[in-house]
Order: sequence, then structure tokens, then C-alpha cells
Amino acid sequence: MSKQEQNRAQPVHPYTIVGTPRAKVDAYAKVTGRAVYADDILLPRMLYGRILRSPHAHARILSIDTSRAKKLPGVLAIITGEDLPQKFGILPSSQDEYALAIDKVRYVGDPVVAIAALDPDILDEAIKLIQVEYELLPALMSIDEALAHPEVKINDEARIGNIHKAVSYEFGEIEAGFAEADYIREDWFYYEGNNHAPLEAHACVAQWEPNPSDPIGGKLTLWTSTQTPHYVHRELSKVLGIPQSHVRVIAPHVGGGFGGKSDPFSHEICASELSRRTGRPVKITCTREEVFLLHRGRHPVKMWIKTGVRRDGSLTAMHFRSFLDGGAYGSYGIASTYYTGALQTVTYTLPCYKFEGMRLFTNKPPCGPKRGHGTTQPRYAVEVHLDKIAFDLGIDPVELRRRNLIEPYSYTVNGLRITSCALGECLDRVVERSGWNSFHADKQIVAAGLHAENGASSAVTTVKRGMGLAASSYICGAGKPIYWNELPHSAVQIRLDRSGGVTVYCGATDIGQGSTSILAYIVAEELGIQIGRIHLQTADTALTPVDLGSYSSRVTFMAGNAAIAAARKLKEQLFQVAAERMQVSPERLYAVNDVIYDEDDPGVTLSFEHAVQFAEARFGALVAAGSYTPPEGIHGDYKGAGVGPSPAYSYSTCVAQVAVDEETGEIVVEKLWLAHDVGQSINPLLVAGQVEGGAYMGYGEAVMEQQIFRKGRHKIPSLLDYKLATTLDTPEIETILVEIPDREGPFGGKEAGQGPLNPVIPAIANAVYNAVGVRVDEVPITSDKVFKALRNQSQGKGMGLQPSPIETPSPWPTRLIKWQPEEHQSAMKRQSDHTSLQEGVL
Amino acid sequence: MRELISLQVNGERREIAVLQHHTLLEVLREDMGLIGTKHGCELGECGACTVLIDGMPVLSCLALPIEVQACDILTIEGLEQNGKLHPLQETFAELGAAQCGYCTPGMLLAGVALLRKHPHPTREQMKEYLAGNLCRCTGYTKIYEAVEVAAQRMSTGEEQPMRPEVEEYHV
Amino acid sequence: MLRLPPFQYLAPKNLAEAAHMLSQEGERAMLVAGGTDLYPNMKRRQFTPPVLIGLRGIPTFKNISGSAEEGMHIGAGVTLTTLAEHPLLLAHYPALATAAGSVSTPQLRNVGTIGGNLLLDTRCNYYNQTEFWRHSIGYCMKKDGDICLVAPGSPRCWAISSADTAPVLVSLGASVRLVSVRGERIVPVQDLFRDDGIHPYTKATDEILSEVILPSATGWQSVYLKLRRRGSFDFPILGVAVSLSASEDGTVSEVRIVLGAVASYPVVAKDAATLLIGQRLTPETIEAASTSAARRAKPLDNADLTMNYRKQVATVYIRRALSHFLNSNYIK
Ligand SMILES: Cc1cc2nc3c(=O)[nH]c(=O)nc-3n(C[C@H](O)[C@H](O)[C@H](O)COP(=O)(O)OP(=O)(O)OC[C@H]3O[C@@H](n4cnc5c(N)ncnc54)[C@H](O)[C@@H]3O)c2cc1C
Ligand code: SF4
Ligand code: FES
Ligand code: FES
Repeated sequence: MSKQEQNRAQPVHPYTIVGTPRAKVDAYAKVTGRAVYADDILLPRMLYGRILRSPHAHARILSIDTSRAKKLPGVLAIITGEDLPQKFGILPSSQDEYALAIDKVRYVGDPVVAIAALDPDILDEAIKLIQVEYELLPALMSIDEALAHPEVKINDEARIGNIHKAVSYEFGEIEAGFAEADYIREDWFYYEGNNHAPLEAHACVAQWEPNPSDPIGGKLTLWTSTQTPHYVHRELSKVLGIPQSHVRVIAPHVGGGFGGKSDPFSHEICASELSRRTGRPVKITCTREEVFLLHRGRHPVKMWIKTGVRRDGSLTAMHFRSFLDGGAYGSYGIASTYYTGALQTVTYTLPCYKFEGMRLFTNKPPCGPKRGHGTTQPRYAVEVHLDKIAFDLGIDPVELRRRNLIEPYSYTVNGLRITSCALGECLDRVVERSGWNSFHADKQIVAAGLHAENGASSAVTTVKRGMGLAASSYICGAGKPIYWNELPHSAVQIRLDRSGGVTVYCGATDIGQGSTSILAYIVAEELGIQIGRIHLQTADTALTPVDLGSYSSRVTFMAGNAAIAAARKLKEQLFQVAAERMQVSPERLYAVNDVIYDEDDPGVTLSFEHAVQFAEARFGALVAAGSYTPPEGIHGDYKGAGVGPSPAYSYSTCVAQVAVDEETGEIVVEKLWLAHDVGQSINPLLVAGQVEGGAYMGYGEAVMEQQIFRKGRHKIPSLLDYKLATTLDTPEIETILVEIPDREGPFGGKEAGQGPLNPVIPAIANAVYNAVGVRVDEVPITSDKVFKALRNQSQGKGMGLQPSPIETPSPWPTRLIKWQPEEHQSAMKRQSDHTSLQEGVL
Repeated sequence: MRELISLQVNGERREIAVLQHHTLLEVLREDMGLIGTKHGCELGECGACTVLIDGMPVLSCLALPIEVQACDILTIEGLEQNGKLHPLQETFAELGAAQCGYCTPGMLLAGVALLRKHPHPTREQMKEYLAGNLCRCTGYTKIYEAVEVAAQRMSTGEEQPMRPEVEEYHV
Repeated sequence: MLRLPPFQYLAPKNLAEAAHMLSQEGERAMLVAGGTDLYPNMKRRQFTPPVLIGLRGIPTFKNISGSAEEGMHIGAGVTLTTLAEHPLLLAHYPALATAAGSVSTPQLRNVGTIGGNLLLDTRCNYYNQTEFWRHSIGYCMKKDGDICLVAPGSPRCWAISSADTAPVLVSLGASVRLVSVRGERIVPVQDLFRDDGIHPYTKATDEILSEVILPSATGWQSVYLKLRRRGSFDFPILGVAVSLSASEDGTVSEVRIVLGAVASYPVVAKDAATLLIGQRLTPETIEAASTSAARRAKPLDNADLTMNYRKQVATVYIRRALSHFLNSNYIK
């Protein structure tokens, strides 16, 4: 029997659907071109809308003259900032955006005027006829400039100068920690930041339905390519002054998001307002350039890190500083700032940890969350920094990491509760599968010149190979919602129809990751039915109960648990009537493949359809709801403790093998091995897909994608110049799923959507060093930088290419919060032993 | 001014009044309702708008309908024959080659052309042939796997869905 | 969605008709072959011609004839895919097949033509931007503005000749046939170019490029190397084309080293060639020639990666191109 057959013969878990690879529920719609995305919606009498954006990075608006454009035949409505004066923003603490600029523009691309017209050709004409007069203001385009010029105030949200947010924490006794160290190392790193570049550009269609008898005047429906219909719903209502009850937001199929479609956007609000004014549907489809301008991409972050370590490699203390270049608006930036510091403690055990972070406003497109939100940059810095430490101490980098792994079911020094953790297994698996040990052994032999007589290997080649490794962790949903309240984070409703049809309603938004499919698998598993009977209604604020959205890797965990809770209630009703019919006690029943069986006598059965009919006759209409709220006691009790906690954490490790041409600096990433601790995969095919996608995106961030600003504007806002990796560039990716079920995850499952990206970038960086012996402490690591680093080295100018340090403000511009874990942890442990999780979590 | 032209799309010839400066992409989507053809840049930089013209992958965002009146145009909607999916559509669905699905129509058409040219493509041939189609979700791995399995099925004429071999993911 | 500006489309059925239409319409009209360069430019409003004259319907434009011994004639409308896969080219003019096959993507090569590739508009990342972007920065002299944004003090435009086949055709010693109502002329490809980013071609506006003429390949070897960030889509940010013929004794009798994407025209490194004539290819002679040729590369900050880098790796790429002949068993 082959290994595979053996695996098949002995299922490792007791599930019929969960854990088995299968097609997504929307796969056939997607492969036939039937899946409808926002820009595919064509409504009768629909108008086209467009936004005129600021050509200047920083300027005062002196006047806007739309009169000539208004007169152009075919132009139906034009609006400016005055028409939508209500501020908005994704976070309640950063309400700093206008749908259209008022008084000032803050980056090239800031929305200024919106127009609706009969067709796109007329829009072209109309845009040209609009006159906006500006008075230029100095533009600050980098972290250093923003710090150096507090007198140029970009955004009033900034408390001091252009500092949007500053935080400062000390957990444990940092001085004592460094005092215990045998070796202390400091490094600076820079992560340039990048765009999500989903293949589908943002698009939306708004439709206002006037109704004279409604005191409000009517209802608004918005189809939009978003990851967060719930928050779009909220902000639309706020800015338009229409009660939420009168607004409906629907996410159709979404052509990728990766965090870039998580904010409420100006074009969504403008399309809605234009529709209200014209009484006709209005579509706004962004161009690719606009996607780069809307941005909300990964923050550029300059980082300083200092770590103390004992001779044996165990960590004694870490001090980490981050400077985030936020762009012109807040977006998720406050959360991003916290995230750059929050998860350092979740991967390796740190006895004490100090974190200072600040986010600066600059005159660039606003940054926000991208896959790995705020944790990707520090993870890169920490993992390269640790690699350097391992090298300095002469310890194998794998060993150094192994010595410091966080313990499963423990608490971190900043008070985060860790549940399941298979980081050690992940580490073992990538090391084994990549042939790490033999690769490095061979390399040493070659380095020692033992092959000198062997003609083949001494042949002159300018290509050098290297292998690097890194580890990481990520959250499975944020423990606290964006608006702190007592409401569930996710809810699922299930309706059973007497025909045997099952309809699942959930606000969760499928952006390609497969969240809709996950709902189907979970409900089918729980009810013991075939997936085919399930109808899914998702991401529609009028039909589906709230799920907060597809961000922070929360959907499988939270909507999954809510779905289990809802399905259990129905199952109970079905089993109650079935037990009576079958004349056995309900405990003896189990359901599989549309049939309810008696465990002791599988000959005694009742079909699912019959059970539904009997149950409906008994209880009336069969509808049940379940919801999920993360447990209490998963974080510390200091101010700011709300960012970082999660009901569970996923873990990943990556080994990268690269080939670097010493003469040209060109880098080929040959292969990535990625092990991911997913708890339990609901559908391994989808998990592997997320891992591969994360590896691909991490690869692009590591060596390809540059986000440069020149003369105040995005240098290359196009898919030709912003380099997304093609088939010919993308490395081979080997996925290893590690499955140790989490106690609280749905069927033990954890996230896979974001975590696997994080270790890829430092693994590649470490591999480049291993190959050619120079460090480029800046991402992306492009060929010109490697070339320069090699030149520097050969000319005796250091070990490579290091970013310039930032002059650190002293004192740090916010109050230090000191927190000691010990006393709180015992209290939390007691509490969590009794945690009653909402409704039926496993 | 609209001009009456005739286009052969998915085996059906249709007369249609188009604006001369509207690209094939716009005419397919907005005039003919064939919204399966997608677009990510409209400048030839992504491949999402790929259709087959006389069997060859071509970017509909850079093609004018007037120029292809004599040609046979195949869009994603025409890949299915009499309710039966093309084997590559099947394997894309089964093996998870479509995540968000936005690159999928273009990728499938390029893939179908690839299989016509190389019935048993190597990975290198796949990479060469699909190098004009960006996918932001999959990392391409599952796409290659889908092409491989489709190639096998097409040569053996096998109809049975083949279960993907993913056991190897497990510890 | 980016869209084309309105225009009137004319579809001549043969070359004479096309030439006639072009002379009738004058400056209002532009020729279009595959459109893979022109349409993106029109969508970004670098060009807004009221009239387009499509060359697709001209049957002779698709012809390829001749042989390696006597030289070949390639119709202007032959696609890059056809060139990249053509057995005669692969065997005898490999640099041309390589260059054609390295252009952008399969989809683009299926439509893009050799004529269009040669007459590609010069490129600059201050210029290949949308109307919004160019408006935002204040335009440059190549289109709608009056200064050069790369070299603000400069009286001229430095946009880059970025066609892959251009340096190769120059190195092969190819020529082109230009046809107009006034008659026709044959021009060496090298003379088709001039050192001007705004008006990079010597072709008159009423002339149509009807074919490319390759000289005999007998005794010649050729190679093309391209620097770019990705394996597809990307234009060259450095192209090195070398054609070489050697004497019986193994010394170089003729060699043409041509650099693409380093100036507004394909740059012929004559001094470097002179260094090699009458010499054997050795690591030393190659190094000397490469260093000399690389001096001709004067990139500016208007293409991908840093200009210093592009300048510095030129030596390496030229060396590797020349070394190719060492490895190819051509010269013993
Ligand atoms: C994303 C992208 C990537 C690209 N990458 C590359 C690359 O890597 N390398 C590269 O070299 N090119 C590249 N190109 C440019 C272009 O696709 C090719 O150069 C192609 O060969 C142009 O041919 P065409 O027939 O489409 O030209 P067209 O767009 O039809 O014409 C180009 C120009 O030539 C003129 N013209 C065309 N034919 C004639 C003729 N017979 N007589 C007179 N004038 C004529 C036109 O008037 C026009 O000004 C790329 C383009 C895009 C959009
Ligand atoms: S080189 Fe100067 S003038 Fe020419 S396109 Fe570039 S910026 Fe404009
Ligand atoms: S839409 Fe991107 S290539 Fe056509
Ligand atoms: S599946 Fe999303 S872009 Fe390919």
C-alpha cells in the first residue's frame, strides 16, 4: 500500500466533509464566466461616474468651477466637497476623510469632484471643463521629512506635528533583561511598503429607489467590490445622512482584496450620492492608476531593533521601535501602528519587551492593511535580526529559533493568550523537506575548498546559491472589534425548507479565499447533509446577519464557529423528531449524507428531508441563528491591549532557496518551502491555495514590487511598471500543512489567509545573505541593491546596504505604559478556565 | 457614430452597431453582455481580457472589433459546449485554480490554446505560454496542476473526475 | 476603465491604397498595425489622431521570403510570434528570433508586428503615464509641455528607444523599405533612427514601412541579451545585440555590437568593434571590447531600476554576449 493509500484508509479525523479536498461552491460560476463582479453589473438607465482627483501632493483649494462642465449635454450631476461635508473613516478614532476634499488636498489622487454622465466619453469631456484653483503647500514625502517639519501640518488628526499616533510600552523589566544578556545587537531595517494590486480594480454601482411615501425618501442599494460591506454600510449612512435601515450594501463576487478593499471609499459614497441626485443607477469603476492612489497598502516602516541574548541563544530582552509612513489619512493606521509591536512576543518567548511606535502623516496615498497587517514589516526585521545574531554567536539559525519557541497554551509577556501552537513542528517539517541540513553541509564543504580538485564544482560560475529560513505567527481574527461593543463579531442564520433545501445566510464576504464555501462545508458537516442542498446568501447587509468582514483572518474562525452554533440548534430539533419517529433516544443518532442513522442499528434510518418535514410540522418554520464573540481574558488590562489579542494564532515557517548572480546582483528565488499550522483544514485545497498565494505575494514583496514616490507622486502606478510576478518569475512552492486542532477553532481550524506570507520575506532575505554574504537590510531586495551591496563590500564599505537611521525623538512623544504580566496572568488563567464561549464553540 | 459590423463570437455570427473607437473588450462586455471577459488594466499589462481570436490568445483591451470581423472569436462563455465544460474548466474548479476568479477567464483561454499547441505541456512550456496572464491569488501552482490533469484527461478521454492528490499536505 | 479617444478608422486593402490614404489625410492620420504600442498610448492620450489607417488588411505585409544564403524579406505586418518561431530565423538569425520572442507576452506577440516594433514610440517613465499623471506633474516637452523632467536643464528629450528588435536589426545590417505616394526607398535600419526622443525616426510622415530586408546570414552568428526585471511583460532596460563573422583562422573579421535601451536610438559601439577586428576572442579581448562598448551606455533616470545599475551591468551583459560566441563552438 502506498503512503497515500494508507492515509486514505485511516482517516485522521472523524469528519465526512471537513478535511477533504473539494471544489469551491462558486468554482463553476468562476470557470464559466458566470460569476458577476461589481463592474459586470449593467442596470437599465445606468450612468457612469468618475472622480476628478488632486494633481498636487499638498495644496489649498481656492475655488472650484464646475459651471462649464454642468452645461455639457449628457452631464447629469456634479458634486463637490460641500455636498458631502460629513467626515468618515474606518476607525472611530480616525474620522479624517471627506468623500470629496474640503479646503485642502493632501496627496496626488485626493478626490475633489465627482461627475455622473450618460457615457464615459462625455465624462472625459466634462472632466476637462472643470477648473480647480489651488495654492500649493509644501509636501512632505517621507518619514524624515514629516518629523523634520512639524510646522507643515498635513492632517489635523496629528496631535504633535505630523505624528498621527505614538505608543510606548514596557512589558517586564527591560533593563534587567538586557543586563542578563551575554550579547546585545542593534539593527535598522526599512520596509518600503507596497500595494495589494488585486486583479480587479475597485468598482461599484449605486442605485437609489425613491419612494415618496417613505419619510426618508427612499432606499439606497450599493453593489461594491469590498471586503467589509458592514463598515461601508455604516459609513455610507453616516456621510449621506440616510439611516442604516435604508441602506443596503452588497458585495458581489470580489476579484481579490488582500486588505485593499477594507476601507469605505470616496467612490462608493460619491456613486451613491450621484445616484440619489439623478434618480438613476451610477457606476464608478476605478482605473488601475486609481487603485494605486486609493492605496491603503502596506505601510513603509523604518525599524530599529535591539535584542539581548545569552550565549546559548535564549533571548533575554527585546526593544523595538517602528516609524510608519502613514500617507495622508488615518485609515487603519492606529491599528497598524500597534500591530507593528503587538505580535513580536507571540512567536518566541520574550521575558521582557519594550515597544515604541509612531505613525507619521505624509503627502502620499493613505496606507492601511495589507495581508499580514502591520506584522509583516516587523517580522521581516526580527527574523533577519535573529539570523544575524545566530551568525554572530555561531549558532545554527534553526537552533536559535528552536530555543525560543513560544509554548502552546501559555501567556506572552504582553498578556496575550496563546492556545494551540505547532511552530516547532512547522520548523522541523520545513527543515526536513527543504534538505536544509545537507544544503548547508555541502555549502560548507565547498566553502572550505575541499572540492578544489573536482573540476565540475570549481568551474567558474557567478551564480551563488543560498538558503534562508524564518518563522512567524498571525492572528485568527482580532479579539476586539473596530467599534468596541458587546455585539457578536459574526452571525449565521440557517433556514431549512420543507423541500430539503438549506439556506445559509451570513455577512461574510468571499474575496476569493473561499469563505462562502467554508460556510457550506461546516453546515453540511454539522447537519450531516450533502453540500449540494445548500444555498448561500452572503455579504448583503439587508439579507444577512452581520459579519464584520474579510480582514484580520477572522472569517473561518468566527463565521465558522457561528455556523456551527446555528447548525447545532437545528440539528437538535431534527434529532428530537427523528428520535421519536425512529423510536430511539436522540443521543444514539448521527447524520451523514442526508440520512439520520441509529448508531447501534444503522438499518434504522430517516431521511433528512423527512426529518425536516416532521420538524417543521412540530416546531413551525425552521430557522436558527448562531453567533460568535471572542472569549474574554485573552489580553492584558493596559490601555491599547485591544490590538494583538486573538482567539488563536496560526504559525508558519519558510525556507527559501535562492540563486544570486554575483556580477549583476540578479536574484532568482528557486523554491519556497512553507509549513503552516492551520489547526485543522476545513478544505485542504483551499488552505494550500492560501499558502501558495501568500508565498507568491511574499516573494513579490521581497524582491519585485517597488512603491517609489518621485516629485510628489507615485512613480509607477501601472501594472507594467509596478512589478507583479509572472509565471516565469514565481518560484516553485511546496506546501506543508501541519494540523494540530485548536481547542476553540471550528473543528479545530485556524487561519491561513495571511500568516503564510510573513516568513517568506525574511527567509528570502536570509537566503540572499547565505548566497553572497551581503545584507540588504531593506525590502524589496532588488538586483540593483544587491549589486550595490556587493560593490560596497568589495570596496570595504561595510557588510552590504543598510538604511539610514532615524533620529529618534527623545523623549518618545507619548507616555510610557509599563505593565507586569505576572499578577494578571494568574487572574486570567482562572478566568479563562471558566470562559463560557458564546454558543457552542467546540 | 455607430457603425454596423458583424462579429463571430462563440460560433454565433451577430450584426452589431458599435462605436469605432470602442475596443473588443468594451463591445463584448457592454454591447453584447458577455461580461465573462474581465479587465485589470486596459493597457495590455495584465492579460485578464484575453480572448481567443482564430484560436490565438489576444488581448481584447487592445483589439478593435472592426479589425476582427473576419475572425472567429472565443470568449469564456463559449468554452462550454452543449452544457459540457471543457476539461480545463473542470480541473480549474476541482483543483482550486480559481481563487477570486478574476484572472480565470483569461487564464483558461490561454490554457486552452496552450493545450492545443502542446497537448502534454511541461511546466516550462506552461510558464512560457501563461506568462501573459497575471494571477494575484494563486501563485500559479494550482493552475499548473489543473493544466496537467486536464492534459491527462484529454489524452485518455477519461471522464471521471479525478480526485486531487493532496494527501501529501498532511503530516 | 481606460478607453480610446474617438477616431475614424480606415482599412486600406493594399499598400498603394494605404499610401494614398496616408497622403490624403496628412498629419491627421496615424498608421496602426497591431496597435499594441499605439492603443495604450492613445488610451493615455499621448496620441489622439482623428484618423487611423489600419494596415492589417494588406496581404503582402504578412509575407516572409528568401533564405539564409541570399537574405530574407519580412513583411512589416509579420507578427512577433511568427518571427520567434520561424525555423529559418531560429537557425540563422537567432538574435532576431530571441528578440522577437522576448517582447512582452504571448498575447502581445500574437498581434504585435515587426514594423510596429521598429517604429515603437520612445519610452520614458515621465511620459508613459496617464493623462492625469502627466497633467499632475505639468507635462514634458515630448507631449504638451516644454521642459524635460528627467534632465530639466536639457534642451532635448531623452526618451529611450526600447524596441527589442531594433538593436538586433541594426547589428544584422538589415534595411527597410519605405513606401509613399512619392515612391519608395530602401534605408539601412541604422539610418531609420535619429538621436531625438521626440522625433526618433527619419521616416517621413507619409511613408509606410513595407518590409524588413535581412542580408545574407552566411558566415554570421548573432546573439541578443535583454535586461529586465521580470520574465515577461517588461520592455528591455538594456539590450545587447551582437553579430559577428570570423575568418578561417578564428579571428574576428566583422562584428557589430549594438546597445538597445540606453539612448533615443540603438547605439552602435564602433570603437569596441574596432578593438576586436583581426583579434581572436579571448577573455582579455572581450573584456577590453566590453568596457569600451559599455562607455556608450548613458542611461538616465527614466526607466526601471537605478541608472547607475543599468550603466554598470552593461559591461557584464556585453561581455556575456561576446562570450556567447566562445561557448557556441563557433570560434574554436
Ligand atoms: C505591456 C506591454 C509590454 C511591451 N513590451 C515590449 C517589449 O518587451 N519589447 C518591445 O520591443 N516592445 C514591447 N511592447 C511594445 C509593442 O507591443 C511591440 O513593440 C509591438 O511590436 C508593436 O507592434 P504593433 O504592430 O502592435 O505596433 P503599433 O502599435 O500598431 O504601431 C506602433 C507604431 O508604429 C507605427 N507603425 C506600425 N506599423 C507601421 C508601418 N508598417 N509603417 C509605418 N509605421 C508603422 C504606428 O503608426 C505606431 O506609431 C510592449 C507593449 C505593451 C503594451
Ligand atoms: S526624456 Fe524628458 S522630455 Fe523626454 S519624455 Fe522623458 S521627461 Fe519627457
Ligand atoms: S485588461 Fe489588462 S491586458 Fe487587457
Ligand atoms: S484567482 Fe484571483 S487573480 Fe487569479
